[in-house]
Parts: sequence; C-alpha cells; structure tokens
Amino acid sequence: MFAEFGFGILVLTFTLSLFAVGAAVFGYFSKSDRWVESARRAQQLTFPLITLAALTLIYLLVTGHYEVKYVYSVTDITMPLYLKITALWGGQPGSLLFWSWLLAAFATAVTLRKWERDREFLPWVVVVTSVTLVFFLALIIFFENPFTRWWQTPNGEFVAQMFAPPGGTLVTPNNGEGLNPLLRHPGMIIHPPMLYLGFVAFVIPYAFAIAALITGRTDDRWIRLTRRWTLVAWLFLSIGLVLGMRWAYDVLGWGGYWGWDPVEIAALMPWLTGTPFLHSVMIEEKRGLLKPWNMFLIILTYSLVIFGTFLTRSGVLSSVHAFAQSAIGPMFFAFIGVTFITSTALLIARWKDLRASMPMNSMLSREALFLLNNLLFMGILIVCLWGVLFPLISELVTGTKVTVGPPFYERAVGPLLGALLALMGIAPLSAWGRSTVRTLGRAMWKPAIPTLLTPVLLFALGMRNWIALVGFTLIAFVLFITLHEYWRGVRARMKAQGEGFFTALTRLFARNRRRYGGYLIHIAIVVMAIGILGIEVFQTTTQKSLAIGESLDISGYTVRYDSLAQFDHTDGRYVTRAVMSVFKDGKFVQEIHPRYDLYPNGQPMTIAGVRTTLADDLYVVLVNWEDVSVSQAPFKVYHNPLINWLWIGSLLFILGYLVAAWPEKEQA
Amino acid sequence: MKEKIPQRILFFTFLFFTLLGLFLAARPSAIVLAQQPTPSDDEVNAIARQLFCPVCENTPLDVCDTEACRQWRDLIRQMLAEGKTEEEIKQFFADNYGVRVLSEPPVEGFNWLAYIVPPVAFLAGAYLLFRAFRTWQRLAKEPVVEGGPESRPEQAEGLSRAAPDDPYAAQFEDELKKRR
Repeated sequence: MFAEFGFGILVLTFTLSLFAVGAAVFGYFSKSDRWVESARRAQQLTFPLITLAALTLIYLLVTGHYEVKYVYSVTDITMPLYLKITALWGGQPGSLLFWSWLLAAFATAVTLRKWERDREFLPWVVVVTSVTLVFFLALIIFFENPFTRWWQTPNGEFVAQMFAPPGGTLVTPNNGEGLNPLLRHPGMIIHPPMLYLGFVAFVIPYAFAIAALITGRTDDRWIRLTRRWTLVAWLFLSIGLVLGMRWAYDVLGWGGYWGWDPVEIAALMPWLTGTPFLHSVMIEEKRGLLKPWNMFLIILTYSLVIFGTFLTRSGVLSSVHAFAQSAIGPMFFAFIGVTFITSTALLIARWKDLRASMPMNSMLSREALFLLNNLLFMGILIVCLWGVLFPLISELVTGTKVTVGPPFYERAVGPLLGALLALMGIAPLSAWGRSTVRTLGRAMWKPAIPTLLTPVLLFALGMRNWIALVGFTLIAFVLFITLHEYWRGVRARMKAQGEGFFTALTRLFARNRRRYGGYLIHIAIVVMAIGILGIEVFQTTTQKSLAIGESLDISGYTVRYDSLAQFDHTDGRYVTRAVMSVFKDGKFVQEIHPRYDLYPNGQPMTIAGVRTTLADDLYVVLVNWEDVSVSQAPFKVYHNPLINWLWIGSLLFILGYLVAAWPEKEQA
Repeated sequence: MKEKIPQRILFFTFLFFTLLGLFLAARPSAIVLAQQPTPSDDEVNAIARQLFCPVCENTPLDVCDTEACRQWRDLIRQMLAEGKTEEEIKQFFADNYGVRVLSEPPVEGFNWLAYIVPPVAFLAGAYLLFRAFRTWQRLAKEPVVEGGPESRPEQAEGLSRAAPDDPYAAQFEDELKKRR
C-alpha cells in the first residue's frame, strides 16, 4: 500500500509541475497575473508532495519492506538505522528522488520570496525550475521507479514492476542485499547530499539568467538576486568535492585523494565554471560589463550540472563510482542538448542588448586579470571535458577504446593551476579600471621579499624538485600578499581610529566581509595547495611481504608487523586486522591497524592504518589482493607528506566562506 | 594592420607548438631495470601503476584486487625476471589487450586529437581575449567612441565607478596617500 501511495504522489507531482510550466507560460503571454500566481502555487506544492514521497521511501527502507526492489537492493537487516535512512541516496532511483526533492525545496524557497520588484522574472523562473523537475520526475516515474516491487508470475518467474502482472503474487524476501560497503563511510554519507545541494542550487541562478534573457531585463538585477544562491551552490559543491576526496583517501585504499576518475571530473566541471562565474559577475556588478560572458558561464554551469548527473547516473562510463547504471542515457543526452541549444539561442538573440564595450587602460587592471582567471579556468575545463569525452569519441569513431588517465590531466592542469595561483596573488592588488606595473610594483614589493626568500630557503634545506620549488614560491607569494593586505587594512584602522590590533582586525572584517572573507578563502586555497603539492610531488610508496616481527623502512619511518587477527563481526563482516608498530628514527611512536573487511555479499573494503601528523601521513594498507596469512602478510605503505594541510585548508575555506557570505541584516 | 597579421599567426603557432611540446614532453620514458631473479613488489608496481586492465576500468593495476589483475602482475614479474624492459612489457599488454590498457592514448593516428584539441581550444580562447583586450585598449585611447551615443554614458559610468568600491576602502586609500 505504501509503495502505491509513494508512486501516486510522484505522478501527482509530475502532473502538477507540468501544469506549473503551462500556466506560467500562458500567464506570461496573456499577461494574466492569476495564471502566473497559479503556476507559482502549483510549484510550491511540489515540495511538500515530494517530501511525502521521500518520507514514504524512507519508511519502507527503515521498516525493511524487502518486497520493494529498491529497499531490497540497498539495505539488509543488519544495517543500523542511520544507514537505512541514508540508503535513500545509496542507489540510482533513490538518489534521483533525492535530487528532485532538493530541487523542489530550492525552487519553492525561491518562489516564496517577495516578488514585487521583479515580477516579470517570476513566470520564467517557475518554468525553468519546473521543466528541470519534470525531467527528473519523468526519469523516476518511467525508468527508475524506487517503488517497484518483486512479483512472481504464474510460470514461476520473478519480475520487478510497479503493479501486479496478470496472476502474479507479491514476493517478500526475508532480507536485502545490503548497501555497497564502500558507501558505509561517514564521508560517503554526507558527500552525495552536499554535491547534490551544490548541483541543484546552480539551477536557481540559471533560471534567473534565462528569465532575464527572455524578458529582456538584462541589467545586473538577476545577478544581484541570485548572488546568494550562487554562493550557496559553490559552497556545497566545494564541500562535496572535498568530502569525496576524503572518502577516497580513507576507503579506497590507494593512498591518494583524487584519481582523475571521469566521475570525479564530472563533479569538478561545474565547479570549474561556477568559480570563474563568481569572479566575473563582480565585473558586471562593478562596471556593468561582460554580460554575455556571465550568461554563457551560468548556462554552461547548468549544462555541466546535468551532464555530471548524466555521466554518473547513465552508465555511459564504467568506473569505481558508477554503482548504478541504467538505460536513461539517451533521455539525459536529449535534455542536455535541448536546454543547452535553447539557452544559447536565447543568448545569441539578446546579444545586441548585452554587448557593452569597455575602455580598458591596462592589461593589469582588475577586470583584465579576472578575465585571465576565466581563461585559465576554461583551460582546465577544456582539458577535463576533453579527457572525459575523448575515450567515448574514440570508441565511436574508430571503435578502439582508449584510457585517458591521470598523467594526461596532471601534465595539462598543473601549469594552469600554477598560473591561477600567481593571479590569485596579483589580482587583489590591482584596481578596477586601471593599474600599471608601477602601482602593482609598489603594492607588491614588500611581500615580494619574503616570497623570493622562500625558494632560496627551501633550496638551502635540500629541496631540489623544481616543480615543488615553483609551487611553494607561488604559494608563498599568495600567502604573503594576502597577509600584507590584511596588515595594510589593520594598520590604517589602527592609525585612523586609534584601535588596538585585534579590534582593528575584527572591524576590518566587519566592514568589508566580502573582501576580507574572500581573502581568507584565498589563503584556504593555498593551504590546500600545500597539501596537494606535498602528496603529488613527494609521495613515496613501497610494498613488501612481511613475516611476524619483520619490518620495512620508508622515509625515516620503520613499520613492524606484530600480529594478525581474523574474526567475524556482529554485522556479518569478516574482519582481517593487522597490528603494526611504527617507529620514527628508531623510536616507537604509534600502533596502527590496517585491515580489510569482507562483507556477506562478497564485497571487500580496505581500511588503511594511518599515523597522521601535520608533517605527513604514514598510510599502511593490508594488501588483501595478495595472499594474506597470519605468519606472512603483504603490506603497501605510502608516505604522504603534508597531506593534512589539504583538509585543514578545507575547513579554513568554509570559515572564509561564512565570513564572506553570511547574510547581512539589511539587504541592498 | 596588414603587416601585423603574419606576426600574430607566427606568435600563436609558436605558442601552440610550445604548449603541445610541453603537453607531450613529460610522458614517462622507458627505464631499463636491473635484471633480477625475483623482481621486488616495488619494481612490479612501478609498471603496474601505469596499466589499466580492461575490466576494472579506471583502477590502476597496482591497486586492483581482482584475480585477473593479480595474474597480470605475476606476468609483469615474470617478464621482468626475463629481463624485459618497462617499454617492452607495456607494449606486450597493449598488443594483446588493446591500447586501452595504457594510461594514455598512444600518440598516433586519431589519438593525436586527444593532445591537439586542448591546446588549440585554449589558444583560441587566449586569442579571442587578446583581441578583446586590443579593442578595449583602443577604446580607452580614443575619447570619442565609435559605438554611437548609447555607449557614451555607460563608458563614463564605467570610469567613474573605477574608484575604490566602498567608502571605508576609499578612506584608507586616502590615508595611505597622505602617508607617502
């Protein structure tokens, strides 16, 4: 009964969203406020309705209704309650429902605001969000229904479908298959919601952009209205990406955080257009320029959001992430094509209204540097997009499958990231309108001194890797310049207002949170860069089979194999756990426990034993893919210098974001 | 105007080949390994990490836990013991299982596109930006704007807004000027 109820609700919501689209379009063209209002109300109803459908599915998951195929495929009786709830996004149909739920929440929130000043945008915002929702609901209802159930036909066959086949009887298995063990990790539990929140929130600025294009109200109003949505989207997408990295580092057992897997890249691509969008809208806000470019960036971001969902959900790629594959690829493909082409056509139609020539005195002005930043981000995007698409194109054209692996991306993206770091240092010093080498030089020479000393010092300390020397110099450059900017601000306040250092610093932030919070984000990025550079350049690894009491050496550490235990866990896992002693320069420092768990469904999960410090991680994997016995076991050991700065930087990033974007009391 | 075009083309061609060169240069080259009776795990992994088996897509061979991958690693070990070089071993796998086992498409035939498209697209973007910059700089030099009467107020607005963006920032810029 619950399954039918949930499905019925979905069909109702789908119909309602279709109505919202029609009513909004009709209302706009017939200039009827009543129809537009009706569309808005219809859309506001979608959120409580999908909530009801999602709650129904959660109820089925929690109570173990294994006759429902989705419940059967992602839960089992041993799973704890929180995992049964989060199994909502543990498989394809559930995660599509979850996506729609978030979209309905955002769309409803945006239509609840006061619209007096921007009434003309309303119908089109409703249309764009509803069309997106209709698309996802259609996928759910027609292809990936989470409420289908198991039936046995009179000739003994088992089929999964929504309603009973002729003469069929409902089948209720005693237990389910359980959630993929790799997904039973805290990082993986929060990672998808964060990513989806980021993805979905980008739909809102896109909807406003399209509304601006259609209504012809192409001043920067749509940007001001959606700035907060863009920031929210960007934050969640960033957090989602970092959580994904952390999950990979903790669970996948290959000693890294980013493998240039196509599905990771799918999540990164909207970030690669969202970030320059955040920057270049500032040019439009300050100087009323670059309108077509900003429109294009947000259209591209939206398309990449759908494309990312397509890559992860359609099974077009097979990778470690593609847990769920289905036949919804062509639908996605068509939707991306239609929305992208329509949006671009609208943009071209409005091109004349949007164009504005800007006089630019200097290639070093803030807007010129922001444009360079855009170019570099686009460069990284091209490499990523091409790297993901090329194997598909190659297979299509020549019939030969090829792999585009990490070396391809690293070589191309590394220099571009370096150039971005350099810009991050210079751009905050340049002025809007005009800057010269002289003004920049004057602002820069003080922080330049410690910057130039950095490589000298590192060289003297024995660092000979030129990539690392260049990288750390750029990091120092951004760090010193940003700190110097803070210091300039604080000193000016201390002089002018006679304040103490801390009061001045606090008030500096309070007076211009957007700027100084933004700088904090820049610092966070370079702190993250320290971690990335550390592990990318200096990671060392070794693998060896050890007998009890034997040890191996790596980068100043000695790891000794002490014992091994194998036992059944209460939840059905079969655990193999080693005990190892870690010595640093001959002194005992810590005991670690690399292990691997074998789940009842035969899937293994490798959990590394890690000694973690600010300087490095010693990351030991019990190599379950070779022969493991109590007397002799193979270990793969990674030494990951500076990796923790990646996580510390991420936390700082969130802090900087909160400073920069916390809502003001009064809104302009 | 006309004389400048070849120079520009030359410049961008030069840039293109530099970028392409950089893109291709860092490809790992063959290292001849010392011949040993039983090659170590590290020696096997050094090669395995550059290979991808056709089944476990996107998982490098050195960390793949399937039985097939394990047999491949054993094969690498055996070939190393026979004195084969890294390049020979990779070639062997590519010949027998297709080029998809390599971590990158080999630079030949259709695959050239994989390496040419990103630098070309990037340079196209750079060129467009460069041209836009030139136009804008010209606008800045000529006080009378060709764009007609409409664009003038906007231009004036643009320039007037170039001042520091908040009163507090303006205040402390002033302070700084006074100090100099």
